[in-house]
Amino acid sequence: MAIIETKGLTYTYPGATKPAIRDVSLTIEKGEFVILTGPSGCGKTTLCRCFNGLIPHFYAGQLEGELTVAGLKLTEHPIYEMAQRVGLVFQNPENQLFALSVEKDVAFGLENLGVPRDEIRKQVDWALQITGIEELRERAPHELSGGQQQRVAIACVLAMQPGVMVFDEPTSFLDPLGAQKIFEVINDLSKKLSVTVILVEHRLDLASKYADHVVIMDEGKIVLNGKPREIFNSETARLIGVGIPKATLLWQLLQENGIRLEGVPTSSEEAARLLREVLKT
Amino acid sequence: MIEVKNVHFTYPRGEPGVEALKGVSLNIRNGEFVAIMGQNGAGKTTLVKQFNGLLKPTKGEVLVDSVSTRDISIAQLARKVGFVFQNPDHQLFSETVEEEIAFGLRNFGFKENTLKRRVTWALNLLDLAEYRKTSPFMLSGGERKRVALASVLAWNPKVVILDEPTIGQDHRQKEILRQFIVQLNAQGKTVVIVTHDVEFVAECGPRVVLMAQGQIVADGDARKILTDPGVALRASIVPPQVTQIFLGLTDLGLPTDVIDVEEAKKVLLEHLEGDKR
Repeated sequence: MAIIETKGLTYTYPGATKPAIRDVSLTIEKGEFVILTGPSGCGKTTLCRCFNGLIPHFYAGQLEGELTVAGLKLTEHPIYEMAQRVGLVFQNPENQLFALSVEKDVAFGLENLGVPRDEIRKQVDWALQITGIEELRERAPHELSGGQQQRVAIACVLAMQPGVMVFDEPTSFLDPLGAQKIFEVINDLSKKLSVTVILVEHRLDLASKYADHVVIMDEGKIVLNGKPREIFNSETARLIGVGIPKATLLWQLLQENGIRLEGVPTSSEEAARLLREVLKT
Repeated sequence: MIEVKNVHFTYPRGEPGVEALKGVSLNIRNGEFVAIMGQNGAGKTTLVKQFNGLLKPTKGEVLVDSVSTRDISIAQLARKVGFVFQNPDHQLFSETVEEEIAFGLRNFGFKENTLKRRVTWALNLLDLAEYRKTSPFMLSGGERKRVALASVLAWNPKVVILDEPTIGQDHRQKEILRQFIVQLNAQGKTVVIVTHDVEFVAECGPRVVLMAQGQIVADGDARKILTDPGVALRASIVPPQVTQIFLGLTDLGLPTDVIDVEEAKKVLLEHLEGDKR
């Protein structure tokens, strides 16, 4: 079942001369783990802002086409209604955090929705635990390191338990081990709780193994849309300069040299397994 | 160029008794290219802020060009040591990209026509010419990052410090950035980057200084540091994907110190050739 559906979505920011996204038609199924990538400035973040209604309700500007999230038409429902269904973790956590303590920041969204106190406490505890920041509970978000802030921002959205979560480069400030941990958290949400995940990411080496579906944008348009293996292996991905995983790149280089592996790897584990078969024989 | 001598540092408003740097000593020679890596909160940014005098050691000393950072003003130091912040929004404030880049130059007293030339040069260098009259805040995260870099490079400092330069940059821009850093370095500039981006470091191949909990835990060339899973783990680093593939195949007699895809291809082809014979 489709949870997000866009038809011919075109949007121009106020005062801009050309649209930031153009004629975007995309269907995302419930429970999918989608990676959205493409060159900087290609419209990824703009599209994400449409998913939870920030566009057009907050940014104004000119919107054409249709977007439906969980049966709600974007233009007919205000941000607060959209936001209960679609949680958005911003690229820069400082744009999202403002309270005097981590706990208050994480509780803010739930308080606004009038959730009972006990329930808020339970959900805040859960979100803090999953993101591994329980010990930061009393700290001021603006005094934390970039990586810690990123976890707080994720906890804020997690606490709301929306059906769709959009992560705009959620691990860019995290060390690789920390990033891996966050990707695993996101993957758990996706696989265990059937949360639909849309992950905007450049670092495909780390994230690809979790994805069911990859969407690549360029100059405001969707240029590739499908299964990770097919997409990473396409000529178009190479031409746009998308940083496909090194494991896939190695596969391509070996293929060019007449060495065939049984399948296209997107992670190091997979590549090692496939190589082992070739090396043994 | 930069000498760090047993530096301890405690943030004045931080938790009392918690040192962000616990006795760090490090020499960076003129023209070197160094990547400082390590886990979140390890003290990387605190360390590089000592290089341009934004922070002064609580104990110990930092010498830049043989002068202690205590004996020189931040303005004088900034002329020598350009700093590009992790978050470009901490740095940008002008109404247009052009103004942003001109600001530093104007403060350093560059003449108007030199200034104009430098601004144009920096805009072209970082592929920002089309945004000359645009507000930095209308740009994407990756683009703002480039504006911040352009504004620092414009005054041509001897040392360039880049705090997390690859954040928000796509694959192609990273490649441009890599070539750019290598080029700056080849022209004799000392380049220090703080980064988590293992793949980027694997492609650049700088000297790597690894930090954990306020101390330096390893120092050496990228290949040596990034392919040692034990060392990497201590600093929350994950080896590059290519290295991970090889670490999963050690029992087949393959080397583990491979960090690059082209190199990996060569090793594998040779190995398979050897089998045939």
